[in-house]
Amino acid sequence: MFDFSIVTSWIDNLLKGWMPSWAATTVECVLIGVGLLLAYALLALFYIYFERKVCAAFQCRLGPNRVGPWGVLQSFADMFKILIKELITLNHIDKFLFALAPYLVIIASMMSFAVLPWGKGLQIIDFNIGIFFLIAVSSIGVLGILLAGWSSNNKFTLIGALRSGAQMVSYELSIGLSVLTMVAFAGTMSVTGIVEAQKEGWFIFTGHIPALIAFVIYLIAGTAETNRGPFDLPEAESELTAGYHTEYSGIHFGFFYLAEYLNLFIVSGVASLLFFGGWMPLHISGWEGFNMVMDWIPSVVWFIGKAIVISFIIIWFKWTFPRLRIDQLLALEWKYLLPINLVNLVLMVIVIIYGLHF
Amino acid sequence: MISLDIFGIQNSALLVIVALLTGVALVALAMWIAGLISPRSFNPQKGEAYECGIPTRGNSMTRFSVGYYLFAILFLMFDVETVFLFPWAVKVRELGTDGIISIAVFFSILVLGLVYAWRKGALEWK
Repeated sequence: MFDFSIVTSWIDNLLKGWMPSWAATTVECVLIGVGLLLAYALLALFYIYFERKVCAAFQCRLGPNRVGPWGVLQSFADMFKILIKELITLNHIDKFLFALAPYLVIIASMMSFAVLPWGKGLQIIDFNIGIFFLIAVSSIGVLGILLAGWSSNNKFTLIGALRSGAQMVSYELSIGLSVLTMVAFAGTMSVTGIVEAQKEGWFIFTGHIPALIAFVIYLIAGTAETNRGPFDLPEAESELTAGYHTEYSGIHFGFFYLAEYLNLFIVSGVASLLFFGGWMPLHISGWEGFNMVMDWIPSVVWFIGKAIVISFIIIWFKWTFPRLRIDQLLALEWKYLLPINLVNLVLMVIVIIYGLHF
Repeated sequence: MISLDIFGIQNSALLVIVALLTGVALVALAMWIAGLISPRSFNPQKGEAYECGIPTRGNSMTRFSVGYYLFAILFLMFDVETVFLFPWAVKVRELGTDGIISIAVFFSILVLGLVYAWRKGALEWK
């Protein structure tokens, strides 16, 4: 399997040969920044196209098919169109908080984006508390959404923001506890460590029943965390026009849209990291030929492919289930998912320490 | 712990700052481009809130349902307790049975808190 650290260390040595070490580090930081920006923008554009195509397929339509072959350039056209739309200045808003909110939402998703394991040797931020850091920074996004709703000075946005806040903080508990279950199983919080621990088999296969339960809970909570259907009451278009971003226009609205799709990718990426081995290829012990073929597929393709498959399931949810009411939503989290999660954690600890098999 | 940070940069804090600045740069850059190429036109009606067509009554930054506060407080309680569980989860293999017994006390307090909130009716949406 191709190790990307060969490329990065080659660039590193090349730069260190030309210039002093501090200048080389600066250039590398700029390279990382540009790479992150490109990956972020391209993935967001791909996801917008992907969601529209999948949604169209579920509704027996064709979806975007005019701009470029099979409509692949549709989201580029949309991005350009959103850039040339007027940014409306409203009268009665809190201008500072109104401008601050998109920054917080984008920063939260960009920082959690950088922690994901992209491939072998292609890990951008590698803390020993990586997954914990990811949970911590991704919760900054709630703050941005609450500020956006509050500062717009509009009843729809206020209700949307409060619903979103209640929903996201509630389901963060479930995400935290399922991550905790898998961290207990892996015995490390480092992202590289978790991927390495799945060399012999993905956690969904080796983790017995508790890993399966944790995965299902993670998937439900992750759908709620990204404010997607059936948990899309913060922007329930039939009751709240557009929820917390009603008053945003042009590219200002675009940031929320971008962050929503990127959060979908991040949630699926974390699911593939915790349960499907990150960039680890699928290995079946004993099948040497099969394992070798799997090893030829680059690690980046494995990671992004797994994330896209999980995103497809989350998009599938949206077109299958009707929207929940706020009391049903909170009851689902606090009365079902949280107790199940606590029991599941105990089960996982029993599996780990006493080696019981289910 | 071996650090496998990209380009052999050992300083993770630096990379966190790079990611943060990238986020800021994305928003600032896009806002700047939009400011350059987007049209501007003035109309007093545009500044009004997007609500129902007739002038909005009063300020929208007002009091709201107390139920949201209740769930925020519950979240705070449980989230802080989950944070305390993380260090234990990393070491659970080495600690073994002793670890289970000592965490059981902490864990039962957490469950008791949930049961109390449930019995008090704090989990009902009113």
